Amino acid sequence: MGDLLSPAEADALWLSLRVSSVAILAALPFAFLTALLLSRRRFWGAGLVETAVHLPLVLPPVAVGYLLLVVFGGRGVLGAWLYAALGIRFVFSWTGAALASALITFPLQVRAIRLALETSDAGLSEAARTLGARPLDRLLNITLPLALPGLVSGAITAFAASLGEFGAIITFVSNIPGETQTLPLAIYAALQAPGGEVAAARLCTLSILLAIFFVGLGDLAAKRIWR
Amino acid sequence: MSLEVFLQQRLGAFELDIAFTTKGQVTALFGPSGAGKSSVVAAIAGLSKPRQGRIVVGERVVFEAGKTFISPEQRRIAVVFQDARLFPHMDVEANLRFGWRRAARKADAGTIEHVIALLGLEKILKRRPRGLSGGEKSRVALGRALLASPDMLLLDEPLAALDQARREEILPYLEKLARETKLPLLYVSHQVDEVARLADEIVVLENGRVKAQGPVFEMLTDVNAVTGVPPLGAVFDALVSEHQSDGLSRLSFDGGALFVPRLAQAAGAKLRVRLRAEDIMLALSEPSGISANNVLGCTVRDIRSFGDHADVQLLCGSTRLVSRITEASRVRLKLEIGMKLYGVVKAVTVAREAA
Repeated sequence: MGDLLSPAEADALWLSLRVSSVAILAALPFAFLTALLLSRRRFWGAGLVETAVHLPLVLPPVAVGYLLLVVFGGRGVLGAWLYAALGIRFVFSWTGAALASALITFPLQVRAIRLALETSDAGLSEAARTLGARPLDRLLNITLPLALPGLVSGAITAFAASLGEFGAIITFVSNIPGETQTLPLAIYAALQAPGGEVAAARLCTLSILLAIFFVGLGDLAAKRIWR
Repeated sequence: MSLEVFLQQRLGAFELDIAFTTKGQVTALFGPSGAGKSSVVAAIAGLSKPRQGRIVVGERVVFEAGKTFISPEQRRIAVVFQDARLFPHMDVEANLRFGWRRAARKADAGTIEHVIALLGLEKILKRRPRGLSGGEKSRVALGRALLASPDMLLLDEPLAALDQARREEILPYLEKLARETKLPLLYVSHQVDEVARLADEIVVLENGRVKAQGPVFEMLTDVNAVTGVPPLGAVFDALVSEHQSDGLSRLSFDGGALFVPRLAQAAGAKLRVRLRAEDIMLALSEPSGISANNVLGCTVRDIRSFGDHADVQLLCGSTRLVSRITEASRVRLKLEIGMKLYGVVKAVTVAREAA
């Protein structure tokens, strides 16, 4: 790798993988619960929740970044409290990049999981009921395992999408090499520097390869589990 | 054990209004598709909540509108669904043990072995449902329901998704099950031949209502088919009275005796016997020099012609039989109600040990 990428570029690659992994894994339980809620219950305000969940998909990422700054920034409503009470700070930190990525890819995860839950046969859950399985038992032993292919492939696809997140990250946590400079931000930085086209092209190729690999993996996961 | 069902439920434009009580071990819920059979199953299992009604299984009130609703997971009523509904992420053994592990009163380990043997599942325990044939899936679903140690078993057209050959493969298992366990069964079907083999009592549904109800031997010999059940033939209990030296076993019943090729059952055993309407010929005088082993003296009790066929209900002692003859034969024999004649039985089916 040393021959192909400069230390700074290698940093950007590992940072991207770390930010995306944390973003996806941290969001997964929330995405699962949201999908479960939307697929099972017809409740008042379901439409509102649905719209809110899908908002990051259609909003300009820069707007999402700005909103994050308002809420989680140093003087933001939650940001100030989190820092004072728990010492947690998102701005200018890779965890902030993970938060932004998680939010942007949240709708992708929810959609994939919800699809898996809705296509999984409700009849199986009924059968489990008549055999004595209570709600939590059914969730853990029937619903969750059956949704697993959708869960895994949704997570992997969201991971691939998260690797490409740019607008929200740069707006929220800025472009700091080694801390918040993920692959797309490194490409942007390379293009800003004179004579950076070669480096940008290398990083771009790397991004394409990563995307192909993870999208393929997501497909494979959806097809292979429980078959 | 008895089952008492009273239900009123609106399902779209369809109004379900059902009331029946049955004491038979195997009760068939019979009727065309769309009659409301599956809705009744869902209500008994607790998967739906009727607007009005009361369901009592044995002594236990499992549902009473506005008062009692025992959830399906606590109702101890297992269901075998038409589409088997095996859990695809578990192997056959895990499927079988699913209900067993959650049962309040667990059957012992010997029972698991017994059910596996009863249903012939030894060789497929480690396989996933996906790779099983339709017949194998049905057997696993049946075993899984049995091992949940339910108070009652609901079979919702368990054979409807199978072709004739597969159904013939499962029916003996169901017969064995009905015979060996004393578990009350509610068997939903629109196939009269399945009902004849398994049921003690029949409840006929039509358009969301109970059209008729009665013991199987009455319902299947009703040539006027007022109940909606086609008169398939006679179903009655007989006693194995003697194993003769000529290789035949003698079955006595109220009305005479039947001779059949030697049976495995010991003398004294009670058996369910079926005589299909097509398998009884009629003769005005006692025939001689024929190969048939069984000739029964009968009285004509009822006749119904339809098209080129006629169904003749016969009384042999107090046992009802049905003979299906051609309309031409009926005219030629000048059949009338009250006539004495002879029924020549071409084939006897010994269905199962009587309850």
